[in-house]
Amino acid sequence: MTVVAIQPHGGERPPKLVVEGLCKRYGATTALEASSLSVGEGEFLTLLGPSGSGKTTLLQLICGLVEASEGRVIIDGRDQSRTPVHQRDIGLVFQHYALFPHLTVAENIAFPLKMRGRAAAEIARRVTDTLEMVHLGHLAQRFPRELSGGQQQRVALARCFVYQPSIILMDEPLGALDKKLREHMQIEIKRLHRESGATIVYVTHDQEEALALSDRICLMNHARIEQLGTPREIYERPRTAFAADFIGISNIFRGTATANGALETAHGLFALPDGARCDDGKGALVIRPEHLHLGAEAGNSVSGTVSEIVYAGSETRIIARLGDGATLVLRLGPGETVPGLDERIVAGWQRDKAVLVS
Amino acid sequence: MSGAIAARPHRAGWRLPRLGPLWLALPGVIFLGVFFAYPVAQLLGLSLVDPATGAFSTATYQRIAGTDVYLRVLGITFRIAGYTALYSLLIGYPLAYWLARLPDMFRGRMLLFVMVPFWTSYLVKTFAWMIVLGRSGIINALATGSGIVDQPLALLHNEFGVMVGMVHAMVPLAVMTLLPVMAGIDRRLVQAAQTLGASPAHAFWLVYFKLSLPGVAAAGLLVFISSLGFFIVPAFLGGRRETMLAQLIITQIQELLNWPFAGALAAMMLATALISCWLYDRLFGLSTIAGGSAQVSTGRIRDLGLVILGWIAALAGKLAALTRMVLGKRGSGLLLPLVAWLTIAFLVVPTLLVIPLAFTSSQFLEFPPPGYSLTWFETYFASPLWIQATIRSFLVAFATAVAATTVGGFTALALANSRTRWGGLIFAFFLAPMIVPRIVIAVGLFYLFARMGLIATDLGLIIGHTVLAIPFTLVTIAAVLKSYDQRLDQAAATLGANRLRTLVGVTIPLVKGGLVAAFLFAFITSFDELTIAIFISGGIKTTLPKQMWDDMILQLNPTLAAVSVVVFVVVTVMLVTAERFRRTP
Repeated sequence: MTVVAIQPHGGERPPKLVVEGLCKRYGATTALEASSLSVGEGEFLTLLGPSGSGKTTLLQLICGLVEASEGRVIIDGRDQSRTPVHQRDIGLVFQHYALFPHLTVAENIAFPLKMRGRAAAEIARRVTDTLEMVHLGHLAQRFPRELSGGQQQRVALARCFVYQPSIILMDEPLGALDKKLREHMQIEIKRLHRESGATIVYVTHDQEEALALSDRICLMNHARIEQLGTPREIYERPRTAFAADFIGISNIFRGTATANGALETAHGLFALPDGARCDDGKGALVIRPEHLHLGAEAGNSVSGTVSEIVYAGSETRIIARLGDGATLVLRLGPGETVPGLDERIVAGWQRDKAVLVS
Repeated sequence: MSGAIAARPHRAGWRLPRLGPLWLALPGVIFLGVFFAYPVAQLLGLSLVDPATGAFSTATYQRIAGTDVYLRVLGITFRIAGYTALYSLLIGYPLAYWLARLPDMFRGRMLLFVMVPFWTSYLVKTFAWMIVLGRSGIINALATGSGIVDQPLALLHNEFGVMVGMVHAMVPLAVMTLLPVMAGIDRRLVQAAQTLGASPAHAFWLVYFKLSLPGVAAAGLLVFISSLGFFIVPAFLGGRRETMLAQLIITQIQELLNWPFAGALAAMMLATALISCWLYDRLFGLSTIAGGSAQVSTGRIRDLGLVILGWIAALAGKLAALTRMVLGKRGSGLLLPLVAWLTIAFLVVPTLLVIPLAFTSSQFLEFPPPGYSLTWFETYFASPLWIQATIRSFLVAFATAVAATTVGGFTALALANSRTRWGGLIFAFFLAPMIVPRIVIAVGLFYLFARMGLIATDLGLIIGHTVLAIPFTLVTIAAVLKSYDQRLDQAAATLGANRLRTLVGVTIPLVKGGLVAAFLFAFITSFDELTIAIFISGGIKTTLPKQMWDDMILQLNPTLAAVSVVVFVVVTVMLVTAERFRRTP
């Protein structure tokens, strides 16, 4: 996987969107704490987080549907913080599509072009082209309610791509689709992104979707940005226990650092990976299930009882109960010997595969 | 063991033909068939028959077509009904739009400002306008008193007075019809239009307004049809030149006893109402009135409509920019609430002005009252005529409410459980008493009851009022049943409850709120009703509205204000209770 990581204010490509200290308060409650980020031209950035984490608020602030309490939204170098929605030149794909029920598919897609006063011939041509792009040419004269969920989703995408807005925002666009269709549409969105070169800010609470689609992920929690980085960075180098827990499956051991480079936890004394240190003495060790193996490893192992065995084709997941009732998940590849239910096991990991988080 | 075997052939013989749950609607269908469809049809037949020979004849229609006066009255009726529909929409739309945007909790409270005027008796509302607009009325008292004008303005007994009264009476109906359609519009569509580059004006006209059009058409239709049959407002607020069709019908029957001619006039009114409905159905589909989804028209007309909306949007956009320039962003944002509150004031204030007048110490309806006393309430309570009329109204209303809630409830239950195509037809039939002008029903029932000996009886009144109240009870209960989870009945059945036990133990407790609300709506319908009372209640056996009508024709007096306050308070208390019950299941 080749990923072009765009550093805030320092990448090769000019930043398309810069958010500076953007913040939204409703009375005493804060929907979004002052947040800053920058999205490069052609980048696919995902705002990922549980519900109530502020991701949708951030999206609505960027497109102008909600007015910010503080902070600035800069698109293409111009401050757009006070620009009304319809003049910001952004595209928004709504969670439930928001297709106009009284207009046909073609008219829905023509709508943004008409609003921009384009010539009839140009509108006709671009609507046809865009419909072809999403493979819906044969449904141009249908009304939205005559289409399936997946088809409606494509119309919503086409309506957004057709006028080539400077940024396309997507608010959980695949939330209403079933799993199979969702995976199919992920590939479709990836293709559209690649073919159009559009800058996309995507909102989802589905971490698999975020990992599959994004150039970078902006992980959000409690109305603020938790961690910003490439999917690989966030998966392999989570900075907090929340990040480790939210993305992928993690075994997390909380504890206190000792003087000789180890972490004292309820399950024993674990060696820290090289170079890792916690400043305030408290920390947590994260070990991914695929980095655990059966058998002891000096200074890096725990023991427990197998409580569940989940066979998932390419792998087998073992869930074990540790001494204090906590659970441990480890992954066995094909061909590895699977222990029996209620069997006592010892699981270990290489010291450098663990990650220390705050 | 042997008993079960023996019972088998016996049971097979007992089985009813399978019509499913629709059987429950049968009593209502028969009732409306006998007391609504048959008399109305007979009235129409009467207009085509020569009274002397009994042969087919179009003589009455020829007479209408040949007489200038009748054609003029027809013209006036259409014009007034048309303008009423137009102004009610223009005034009602912004209020409905404002209400639809309010947060749910706040909207429920604000809605009372529409509901109370909606259910307030037309007589009370008309009485209020007579006080406000009269020669020595409130407006003229203020205008001459402050020296703005030296002669009292002629605000009453002309077309202005009629239009004010009609629009005031009909705006609540327009708002109540618009609201469900507007509430069903997904607000994100407007946001979507704006993110796609539509200015607020374009987003409103091309998306929101377009989607609200079925509601606009439904409201226009209902107001137009209701206005066709109006006689209270033109009788008191209009002059000779504002005589409407319904007044003509009343004169024909009560003074001239000319049945065929009244039948012909009623037939024309009904025909107009039906043609309007048919046109509406062709353009929008009747199901939108009942809250269904509108069919989308196609072809040239639709394209043209979208183009016209585009022009309106462009124009409105310029207007909005201008307003913003003059008033500033904040000022123009306050425009809609301001208009909404002004409309609410227009709906509520005239009725409220009656209250101080009921407590006046004067012999006349002067405003402001020179002093306050309870004289007029004492007069009211001491008058056997008024008290008997009040008691009769309460009894008739109670009986009507019981009957209409029972019929409406069973029909709603039948429709909720039925999936056949008959369901829609039956629903339309039960709503028909709301569409057919009341005066047509009243005249038809008068003719039928005259032969059945039900004139001047309480039973006659109850039957007539039940016909009118059934649509309200059906709609209210059907709405509750719609949100009722049918699986609860299935769950009760799997747990061993039979049909009756399920109904009594599960369904009714859960829809109780809707039933009480339906009961109270039916009660108010009867309590306020005048049209049928004019024909059916006899000389001494009057109801409260009939007694008010008679008094208002004779002479305005402060007792009427006291009676109005009593009616207003009764209706408002019932309504607030009904709303509370409807909200809390």
